[in-house]
Amino acid sequence: MNRTLLTGNGAAAWGARLARTDYIPAFPITPQTEIIETLANWIDNDEMSGRLVTLESEHSMITAAGAAAATGVRVFSATSSQGLLYAIEMLYNVAGWRTPFVLVNVSRGLSAPVTLEPDHNDIMATRDTGCLQIHCSTCQEVLDSTLMAFRISEDPRVRLPVIVNLDGFYLSFTREPVNLPDANTVKTFLPPQDSEAAVFRASSPTSQAMAVLGSSPYSYFRYETHLAVMNGLQVFDETANAFAEHFGRTYSAIDAYHCDDADIVFLMIGSFATKAKVAVDQLRAAGHSVGLVRPRLLRPFPTESLQNLLRGKKGVAVIDQNLSMGKGGVLHMEVASALYGQQNAPPVLLSFIGGLGGRDFTSEEFFEMEKLTRKAVETGEVPPPRLLYNSDELRQIRKLQAIAHVERKELSE
Amino acid sequence: MYRIRFHGRGGQGVKTASRILGSAFFIEGYEVQDAPRYGAERRGAPIFAYVRANKHSINERGIIQQPDLVVVADDTLIPVPAAGVLSGITQQTVILINSYESETSWRQRLNIQSPLLILPETQATTDRANQPFIGATCAGAAASLLGVISLESLKQAIEQELSGHDAAIIAQNLENAGAAYKLMQPHKGCVTQAADITASSYVSPEWIEMPTEDASISAPVIHAGLTSVEVKTGLWRTLRPVIDYDRCKQCWWVCSNFCPDAAIKVSDKGLPEIDYDHCKGCMVCVAQCPPHAIEAFPEHDFQLKEAKT
Repeated sequence: MNRTLLTGNGAAAWGARLARTDYIPAFPITPQTEIIETLANWIDNDEMSGRLVTLESEHSMITAAGAAAATGVRVFSATSSQGLLYAIEMLYNVAGWRTPFVLVNVSRGLSAPVTLEPDHNDIMATRDTGCLQIHCSTCQEVLDSTLMAFRISEDPRVRLPVIVNLDGFYLSFTREPVNLPDANTVKTFLPPQDSEAAVFRASSPTSQAMAVLGSSPYSYFRYETHLAVMNGLQVFDETANAFAEHFGRTYSAIDAYHCDDADIVFLMIGSFATKAKVAVDQLRAAGHSVGLVRPRLLRPFPTESLQNLLRGKKGVAVIDQNLSMGKGGVLHMEVASALYGQQNAPPVLLSFIGGLGGRDFTSEEFFEMEKLTRKAVETGEVPPPRLLYNSDELRQIRKLQAIAHVERKELSE
Repeated sequence: MYRIRFHGRGGQGVKTASRILGSAFFIEGYEVQDAPRYGAERRGAPIFAYVRANKHSINERGIIQQPDLVVVADDTLIPVPAAGVLSGITQQTVILINSYESETSWRQRLNIQSPLLILPETQATTDRANQPFIGATCAGAAASLLGVISLESLKQAIEQELSGHDAAIIAQNLENAGAAYKLMQPHKGCVTQAADITASSYVSPEWIEMPTEDASISAPVIHAGLTSVEVKTGLWRTLRPVIDYDRCKQCWWVCSNFCPDAAIKVSDKGLPEIDYDHCKGCMVCVAQCPPHAIEAFPEHDFQLKEAKT
């Protein structure tokens, strides 16, 4: 097996290449562009077959992806941030058409104000579309998840788009050692699609869009899509088992790190979770029984696995790298709804918001979150949600505001 | 774990330096992580890149808070606060500065106790296509200081990272990096790996309660371009465009229209004038001028002359 240094973007591109993707509708956006550039370069140099077409927007790109996938060809696409938001209308549609393809999203904070660095508000906005979601924390996981995503997406029990999510900069531009799976082994893990499943053919018109429906048939189709997403739980596990047999790497729907004997756990998704692993090691070295729970699969939500993992824990610190304005952390709400009313559920569930626009966390911040969670366990009093933001950061904002104030004064003179 | 940070300007090869060093570590059997960090700025803006290398797998991620080695490709960045060159340095951090100035001079200016070394800057050439290969040079010097990377591994890493370039470019990079490696051999192994922090005694983060503030100050609105005037982005320049008025046809618009920063004005006499406080040295005007009346010169030569007068 070939072990090499790859960025997260490079790993995603390798996933699409090894999956023998037929069609790649594309539109550039930072920090994703390197993925389609890499694929375009391979196709240009005949290192990869398939066709890459640049569309005029992400909206058209997803329409093209769904239409192509409906014919039974294997489709891959990638986007980020505002691009994903612009595609959302069509994500609902192509999921409704029940078309299978893989979309990589390189997370980046949303405007306004503009940033290039990552948080999860973009991917969270697609939670309800009918697309499945796999969240990665290393470059290896990006490659492996892309391959798994094709198999899950094309499974007859699912037949829906799967989004593989990775964080901009922290994964997209970060090189790490990655095992490149053998192309022939990938062929047995991911055989060509079952062409019988595709109904959309040249010269035999069908409508994927459907006529306008009344409430009852509408409810039927919508709920069927929901059930297909839910099937993703079992299909994910089966696919992960097959992946382990072929490649020797095991992926569960939820990654649990030192969780069995922990009384306090951090709960978070994405690449920042590897930082939590460092903090867990450091806290354990100091005698604290702490663990980490990291859902890989967010849609479908692995409710039962989560309930099992958290049963009997004293406290959970949920760390959200997103912000639902007017409510708080999205992951915190989802975890709370999964635990409510469960026997032996953790009595204390703290909410932390951090890493907005890629704002880094330090180990000390993990130590402090553990300390606050332990205190809440002891006192039974849960503190309000906490934004990870320190006095130095506010001081810098005050400096900028002082400059803005002088500017405005100068303008008014 | 080794933690190394490279600082430079967009276009100087700082990302390449981090990748060369990362690959060299990987060839030596280390687990590696390397990454650049930049914003939306173009050529000349401060950027940095970092490398982590360890005998075991690496879970740490993101910006390096306390580097073991800081390599500065461009010494004009040191006084720029936004560049954060000295951020998180300790008395153990080795600082290597690519500079015409001496170690004594930098030690006095910075007033720091950290080990400080100078990578003497070679004379820049005036031919833009033949600028010094600073990325590979910095990687070569860093590899030497670390003491765990052989010259062979360094060369193999350069060949990997520059594959696809001309043979002559690769040869020149190999030569420059090899020279820097040899030059730093007396300090071989001076970089030490900082101890990891412990959870038993740590400084609590000073989290604050976010104040609720009026939209008149808490909305991200740009009210005026005054900041663009005040911030001297001319500091980013590594090359200076200079107009030869004998060749200038006074076409009155080409250079000034193409300038992406509106840093070329046309005087009452119809002559284009470059605003060096804000020209970032992108060289678009040099490329666009129809009679080739704008030439590029190394910025440093001008700064030396200006310092003398």
